[in-house]
Amino acid sequence: MALAACAGSPTQTPGQGQSAPAATGATAGGTEVADAAVGKIYNPSDKKGGTLKMANTADWDSLDPGNTYYGYSLNFARLYGRALLMFKAAPGTDGNTLVPDLAESVGKASDDAKTWTYKLRKGVKFEDGTEVTSKDVAYAVARQFDKEIHPNGPTYLNALLDWPKGYKGAYKSKDADFSSAVETPDDQTIIFHLKEPFGLFDYIMQMPMTMPVPKDKDTGTKYQEHVISTGPYKFEKNEIGKGFTLVRNDQWDPATDPNRPALPDRIEVQTGVNADDVDNRLISGDVHIAVDGLGIGNAALPKVLPDPALKARTDNPVQQRTWYTSIIPDVAPLDNVECRRAIAFAADRNSLYRAYGGETGGVITTSLIPPSMAGYKPIDLYKSEGDKGDVEKAKAALAKCGQPNGFETNIAYRTERTKEKAAAESLQQSLARVGIKLTLKPYPQDDYFALYAGKPSYVKENKIGLAINGWGSDYPDTYGFMQAITDSRDIRDAGNYNLSVKIPEVDKMIDQIKAEPDAAKRADMWSQIDHMVIDQAVVMPSVASKALYMRGKGLTNLFISDSQQMYDYVGVGVQQ
Amino acid sequence: MTAPLDVPESASQAAPEAVVAGSDAKAIEGRSLGQIAWRRLRRDRVAMAGAIVIIFLMLVAIFAPLLVSWFGHDPLEYHEELTDIGTQAPIGPWGGITSEFLFGVEPVNGRDIFSRVVYGARISLLIAFLATLLSVVIGTTLGVIAGYFGGWVDTLIGRAMDVFLAFPLLVFALALAGVVPDQAFGLSGDTLRVTLLIFIIGFFNWPYLGRIIRGQTLSLREREFVDAAKSLGARGPYIIFRELLPNLIAPILIYATLLIPSNILFEAALSFLGVGVRPPTPTWGGMLSDAARFYTIPHFMIFPGLAIFITVLAFNLFGDGLRDALDPRGNR
Repeated sequence: MALAACAGSPTQTPGQGQSAPAATGATAGGTEVADAAVGKIYNPSDKKGGTLKMANTADWDSLDPGNTYYGYSLNFARLYGRALLMFKAAPGTDGNTLVPDLAESVGKASDDAKTWTYKLRKGVKFEDGTEVTSKDVAYAVARQFDKEIHPNGPTYLNALLDWPKGYKGAYKSKDADFSSAVETPDDQTIIFHLKEPFGLFDYIMQMPMTMPVPKDKDTGTKYQEHVISTGPYKFEKNEIGKGFTLVRNDQWDPATDPNRPALPDRIEVQTGVNADDVDNRLISGDVHIAVDGLGIGNAALPKVLPDPALKARTDNPVQQRTWYTSIIPDVAPLDNVECRRAIAFAADRNSLYRAYGGETGGVITTSLIPPSMAGYKPIDLYKSEGDKGDVEKAKAALAKCGQPNGFETNIAYRTERTKEKAAAESLQQSLARVGIKLTLKPYPQDDYFALYAGKPSYVKENKIGLAINGWGSDYPDTYGFMQAITDSRDIRDAGNYNLSVKIPEVDKMIDQIKAEPDAAKRADMWSQIDHMVIDQAVVMPSVASKALYMRGKGLTNLFISDSQQMYDYVGVGVQQ
Repeated sequence: MTAPLDVPESASQAAPEAVVAGSDAKAIEGRSLGQIAWRRLRRDRVAMAGAIVIIFLMLVAIFAPLLVSWFGHDPLEYHEELTDIGTQAPIGPWGGITSEFLFGVEPVNGRDIFSRVVYGARISLLIAFLATLLSVVIGTTLGVIAGYFGGWVDTLIGRAMDVFLAFPLLVFALALAGVVPDQAFGLSGDTLRVTLLIFIIGFFNWPYLGRIIRGQTLSLREREFVDAAKSLGARGPYIIFRELLPNLIAPILIYATLLIPSNILFEAALSFLGVGVRPPTPTWGGMLSDAARFYTIPHFMIFPGLAIFITVLAFNLFGDGLRDALDPRGNR
């Protein structure tokens, strides 16, 4: 994948954009500088040893590689499992590169991109010493098919592969032949057969679903209590709900694994720790890394930011996530593009920026595509002085729409998300300047898309004209970010993430992108789609999300890779 | 109860002296029960302090727009330039307290906390008073009916009260406030939410009062003056309104005063949990809920918290004093 094309350094991103030029040398050990792990390596080292201490504010959805989908879990699983491919453990955009892990090389696609072949490395062993074969990978893929037993994992492989009719996964269709989907002609070869061409299949192959699972050790839902390791670490002790300890896996052969430095001797992880407590322990140095990758909380901000010594220990990267507002054309008078534009003109984007956390929470963005992805271009259709909104232009748009005095509509947001509440209140304030009266409608986040904002019939019935929304990418290709939120053909009766984009030209162009082999042309088409969406004012982007991470004390070789969008857990080590 | 034991003692000792002192000026004059109670209440300094605070709060609520125009800013107006773009905390010491912003400003958007606390008093007191009124009306009506008529009526109402008392009120309130749409019964917006909260809080609190009224009615009904009225041919309604209700005013007043603070707390709890009056309308509970996320900026929590604390304390102190004054034999 020609991902280097998306490295275009955006003009508006202080985090990644500005720190990149300074990446000439690495930070010397001991001196702390803010953003030292953004786009470069903080305290580079190859010294092994020590205990890495991590804490999680919640718990894993599952440690089972076939049953997990949290971003941090995909990052962390690479310590104890090896998928066919992986993202390079490298800082910044370099980390977007796919490198072979269990496989010898990235996938070899047939001409129609429907068949993908991978050759496995020789000499990779499970923690018990048995050799890993392609059958173990095929079994892992077949077992994760059963979403009743493994409900959490991504469903890509279930949808993409050509499974036999009536296939129910490795448990319920025990001895069924699924070679129409996955074939293993010999112990080193695995072939995937797709229903339709899919050029980005390699991105799926780096997910933990392809980490091998030995069939005779698989205990179904209980497998997460003792995952059989293929990576540099194995589970020593695992108490689900409390935490676990990883120790070196003596069967892991560094000769077969050029990607993992495997620096610490032990990794201790505590789960279910109070979020404020984790922040305080990071500050005191009691914990090295907060594993959930959410960044430090509001309560810690007034403590950390004004203190130069503490601020120097933070990293504040821009993520591949955009917070935006869907302007829903199903609800009158927003069926008129001028009324939608009036909202885009009137919104005080500077106030929204504050609502989403201000300086450390994001950067004001005018396009849907996040700044670090291919096809990103600033879209200056609704520029205003100081980003405060343009009341005159908004009034003009309202007049064109036939609503010169404004109108009333509702705005949905997720009750639990305080930043989204603040964003909705901010819009309510700034739109009131032109007579657009918003009523706030909070909904529980668990059902936000299933029952409320993502359900067209509910939206129409309750006249939800605006919905606070946000989207992050599963993998660092613009397709993985944009398709789900702009392709109108995927809009179902409920559970939609695309609440407002129904533009036939966009759909047509997405089809062209699927067939386009040239990455630069694809990127250009994504820019055009982005422009159309913003021009039609069905989406109003607010900020490109940033997270504020805190480094514990005594870390080495720490960096944020663009693929993980948090500290890379494969690279990190600790000082003795 | 919470009133210090020596206060009523000294009050009762003082009473005869007052009579003696007054006897020179006027001939001995019969005093009504109300007058006696008022005298007792006036000597209870703690209760009077509570009453003064209550009156002050009511004035604040009534004249909120005026107060805010003098000392504050519109409670919904953003003053984002007063908060830090990084930490989101108010700029300046003590949460941004200045002569312009008496209680400082909220993090993130810089709304005037003074104005929001003042306007919050309106919602809190309105809901608490009207919900209490609803409880009193239902509780008294059903309590008197149950107590006076007895028999199967009493059984029926008594069981209903048991059911209501056993109800997991908070859970039910959360569910009900969550599912009611934004437009119902011809109301919408804040009016609907306030009405709904009044209904929920008022409707589920009546059995506490109802039981007390029923008990009082049961004992009053057997008293001689009721028998006398009956023997003179008085019927049910006359006895209830003329003989029973005037004697029930004391417990009704006492328990209504004590119900108000618990209703204020309940409203704050519902707002805190996000099912009260919708933002951005300021409520004390809602402000506390916003402040919880910023607990390292304590002033944001202190002012709405203090407002709730002082209001509840004032009503409780006054309620206790009122009980001592109206019912000197109770709980001594």
